[in-house]
Amino acid sequence: MKQLKFLALAAALLFALPGLAQQVTVIKLPELQKRLSRQNDTTYVVNFWATWCAPCVKELPHFDQLSTTYAKQKVKVLLVSMDYASQLDKKVKPFVQKRGLKSEVVLLNEPDPNSWMDKVDSKWTGALPFTIIVNKARNMRTTFEQELTAEELNKQVQAFVK
Amino acid sequence: MKKLLPFLAACLVLALSSFIVLRPAAAGYQVGDKATDFKLKNVDGKMVSLADNKTAKGYIVVFTCNTCPYAKAYEQRIIDLNTKYASQGYPVVAINPNDPAVAPGDSFADMQKRAKEKRYAFPYLQDETQQIAKAYGATRTPHLYVLTRQGNGFVVSYIGAIDDNSEDASQVKTKYLENAMADIIAGKPASLNSTKAIGCTIKWKRA
Repeated sequence: MKQLKFLALAAALLFALPGLAQQVTVIKLPELQKRLSRQNDTTYVVNFWATWCAPCVKELPHFDQLSTTYAKQKVKVLLVSMDYASQLDKKVKPFVQKRGLKSEVVLLNEPDPNSWMDKVDSKWTGALPFTIIVNKARNMRTTFEQELTAEELNKQVQAFVK
Repeated sequence: MKKLLPFLAACLVLALSSFIVLRPAAAGYQVGDKATDFKLKNVDGKMVSLADNKTAKGYIVVFTCNTCPYAKAYEQRIIDLNTKYASQGYPVVAINPNDPAVAPGDSFADMQKRAKEKRYAFPYLQDETQQIAKAYGATRTPHLYVLTRQGNGFVVSYIGAIDDNSEDASQVKTKYLENAMADIIAGKPASLNSTKAIGCTIKWKRA
């Protein structure tokens, strides 16, 4: 039975992967703000990254793993690319496809960080990677302006879902 | 005047206490803080301090590096800032805070190469212990601090970004740093003295 389940899962993954991978939506600030302020009991893990940012690329798999680790809990991962919109087809989409990222990826197309960064989080000084973990129903929110290890990230998310 | 003194003292205490409470946990300078001097090795092998240049009215201190795409995107603009402001008494001082063990392209030899290739007309210093980046509160490259001379030392007069478009200098609408410089050179505090920008995280030494 276990084997069957595994096979079914593997088959589902195989079929689903090509369809899932290439989607990268370009968004503006209001859409991001909407995502960050949803009033429900889902824990949103929002990671700001870029294809050119080495520590970001290193920690991305940990974020992408969360949807599997917390499949039974209400955890949603949003990967917000800070690459330039001009790099969407040249860099971002190929990167997302090559890495087979399962999480939702958006590209925030806002050229002037000074005009919007405080509206995302006033503690963010502008370094990448930056991560927000938020759950409105539980009134919980934490941020990290640093690279996280898988253990560090898991520990944080666990605190939100227990 | 004598009556005013206690009142002023009280104001000062109040201002200071609110400052302490409101100040975020993160270390580093805010506008108005006294900036520490340093003694860092330049790409020419000589040690450089803020105190060396007796005629400087201030400095544009830039934490930057060889490897970050944002630093590269702003490199020419930093060179241009020096051209524009050194003659007005505010030369650029570039400081590379990255640990070359984490960012191999930021070794001292690589810094020398970069400065030579791009003909930097300003010091490009290695912050080997990362103590200066920590003291200033720099978190990313590029991260700018405008210092102005006050008495024997220097005070932070602006912190933040160069302008509002890192990708394309020709699309810039607001030159944050140049606007601040215009105020400072006119002897006024910068009307917008703190701005934010995206950058690469400083490559701190691994503990």
